[in-house]
Amino acid sequence: MLSRVAERVYWLGRYLERAENSARLLNVYSTLLLDLPRGAKIGWHTLVEITGSRADFDEKYQVTDERSVNRFLIADPKNHSSILNSLSMARENARTTREIIPAEAWEQINNLYLFARENVGKAVTRGPRNQFLQEIISYCQQITGLFAGAMSHNSGYNFIRIARSLERADMTTRIVDVGSVALLPSLAGKSASEQVPEPYTNMIWMSVLRSLSAYQMYRQHVLDRVNGEDVVTFLLQDAQFPRSVVHSLHKLESCLQTLPNNEAALQQLAVTRALAIDATIPQLLQKGLLEYIDELQVEIAGIHARITDTWFLPAVSGQQQS
Amino acid sequence: MNRHQSVEAIRRLVVYCYFNGHKVMCPNMRIDWKSYNPGAFYDELISSPGHARKPGRILAKYLGSLKSEDLQQRKAAAELAIKAMGISFTVYSEAGNIDREWPFDIIPRIITETQWRQTSKGLEQRLRALNCFIHDIYNDQKILKDKVVPAELIAKSANFRKECVGMKPRFDVWAHICGTDLIRDTDGRFYVLEDNLRVPSGVSYMLENRQVTKRVFPELFENYNIQPITEYTAQLFDTLAAISPRPLDYPEVVVLTPGIYNSAYFEHSFLAQQMGAELVEGGDLVVEDDCVYMRTINGLSRVDVIYRRIDDLFLDPEVFHPDSVLGVRGLMRAWLKGNVALANAPGAGVADDKVIYTYVPAMIKYYLGEDPILENVPSYLCIDKKQCKYVLENLDKLVVKPANESGGYGMLMGPQASKKERDEFALKIKANPRNYMAQPLIGLSTAPVLGERGAEPRHIDLRPFILQGKSSYVTPGGLTRVAMVKGSYVVNSSQGGGSKDTWIVSEGES
Repeated sequence: MLSRVAERVYWLGRYLERAENSARLLNVYSTLLLDLPRGAKIGWHTLVEITGSRADFDEKYQVTDERSVNRFLIADPKNHSSILNSLSMARENARTTREIIPAEAWEQINNLYLFARENVGKAVTRGPRNQFLQEIISYCQQITGLFAGAMSHNSGYNFIRIARSLERADMTTRIVDVGSVALLPSLAGKSASEQVPEPYTNMIWMSVLRSLSAYQMYRQHVLDRVNGEDVVTFLLQDAQFPRSVVHSLHKLESCLQTLPNNEAALQQLAVTRALAIDATIPQLLQKGLLEYIDELQVEIAGIHARITDTWFLPAVSGQQQS
Repeated sequence: MNRHQSVEAIRRLVVYCYFNGHKVMCPNMRIDWKSYNPGAFYDELISSPGHARKPGRILAKYLGSLKSEDLQQRKAAAELAIKAMGISFTVYSEAGNIDREWPFDIIPRIITETQWRQTSKGLEQRLRALNCFIHDIYNDQKILKDKVVPAELIAKSANFRKECVGMKPRFDVWAHICGTDLIRDTDGRFYVLEDNLRVPSGVSYMLENRQVTKRVFPELFENYNIQPITEYTAQLFDTLAAISPRPLDYPEVVVLTPGIYNSAYFEHSFLAQQMGAELVEGGDLVVEDDCVYMRTINGLSRVDVIYRRIDDLFLDPEVFHPDSVLGVRGLMRAWLKGNVALANAPGAGVADDKVIYTYVPAMIKYYLGEDPILENVPSYLCIDKKQCKYVLENLDKLVVKPANESGGYGMLMGPQASKKERDEFALKIKANPRNYMAQPLIGLSTAPVLGERGAEPRHIDLRPFILQGKSSYVTPGGLTRVAMVKGSYVVNSSQGGGSKDTWIVSEGES
């Protein structure tokens, strides 16, 4: 398989997963914020932080309200990771690797992009937005299914899965990060008066779980009522839940093992996974969680760097993506 | 006109259809062949108003029986299929490159098998002669010594590559893939307009047009015996595999594209996918020890045959344009050493010159000792003083073409040009007569195109594709290109042309 093609299907996988994750996140927040008291510390700005795009956002918008955040995250051409941009990049990468992905998958990705482009205007108000985002999620699921069912499980397929696992691990750490800041005043250095009242913390932790489609699986797995410690442990360390960091890294490992010259990438993976598995969450929640998550994200980025060095073209083409 | 009649009249112009649940008025697309008039031109389907040519009768009758809503629906289905299948081409413009959906007309064009058999033989004969010519030019130059073609033409040819002199490619074939443009004059006969021997494009659209037609008019395929065209990509692969320098069962064949911003990128990707070949860009290839390798996730891997879709001058910065980033450094060395095959071979364009074109009938006699089966369009060479004088005096009647442009660029359509444009062009001809040739304006045949108010005649041409290597192959039919604007002769997709599916049908249809 050509290095350039490997790189493109990898980014195809990342952008598709990113679009789906963003759609899930927005959907959950739209419903959650209806339940919160006026003036709650968690709000639309949280989403801007999760996606790590505060600087880009501030450059263009004065207020962090529902309308501007949604426009920014769904449709803004200036936001590199907006859903529409992600889908456009996914389509471009699919269009330029059509010779190796199943024709049906390309048609579906193309349809998804055309759908998003034509209906993005509807995503301004809550009702149609929910429908729009649901549609994006289900398209992404179909495409994932098409890859699994219609593409040989070859190197190309593995690069798509590698990309998906990395994107998931990354997104989960971001959600845990931001959820914790909002909910754990000890971490954010806030006074007691600024704390979110008790009944709401519960609800917010539930939303954190929902934004990763993890609520139901969490309830089956953790018998205690929803609480921060268990949620963070579940999302970082559960071996069976597909969007937990540890599970994503397990999947990543099995894909990396099928590729040639995989030593450097596997080594970096082992380091990252050890960091995720060995963490003592209750202690970290008292002190040092944010630093810990930063460290974890650096290691995850390290896996991406090893993959790029080993299998993709040396950066002569100058075509950088992120 | 009584009230009933006037209501009838309105009903014929306007029909109702449903859009998002609302009843709205739509233009009447219904086709009435009695009001379809191709005038002085040869129409492919309708010989005179109301009368279809024999092989097209079933089609004409069927189309005439469809209600306006049905036609609208079929047209929309075709547009949707093209969008969903992602059939597109890229247009260069000042506002940046735009990936556009492929313009397609749903009414197929019909050619009889009997007529095609002869045309196909003519095309194959022509390419054989052209390959003899290219091989001769880069080796013995017998045809120049025998003064059948003036040596001066080659000396001044922009597409002659001195780097290729003495090269003997496998089977002595240089142009493995050729797209020859045919037109039909008012007499209904096919004439050759030009041969494209460098990087002819369009074959993917020919194949996709058939796929779309199958989705839109599946029922017509039951009533016609239409020659299938899907074999092309397998034939192309066999042609390419046969020229591999290494005797392998599975030589590594790749398609070399200039990249995603090229207007024909869709086609490059389509052909690679259909042949199961890698689609590579210049940056994917590297030459080491005069052999070509591609960079893969396993490391370097040897390449045997390159179907290149990059112009000669961009192929190798070591030999041609030193600043080309599309090509591969050292590629020419590898090719000249015989370590990699290139299709088409560099330098093949020497025969794809609109001035050399006028000598093709002479080449057929000279190399093959046969009479040409297909005729050229009558042409005047500006390099000849007498002919040049005629051209300059009759610019308002002629189409003047530069020798080495493609895509319809840089030509003068005399009858439609202004006096100022003609005068300016005359200066260009005088400055460089070798670079120009002229032809009378041929009354291109027409075919019905479905518009807002039913079928209307539009001018068309035909580009069949011919393969030559160990053996020869001609596509049954080819890509029919349509000038979508009324009265226009410009069929190039880069300038707003469209296309049609082309059917070669056997006679005696039920």
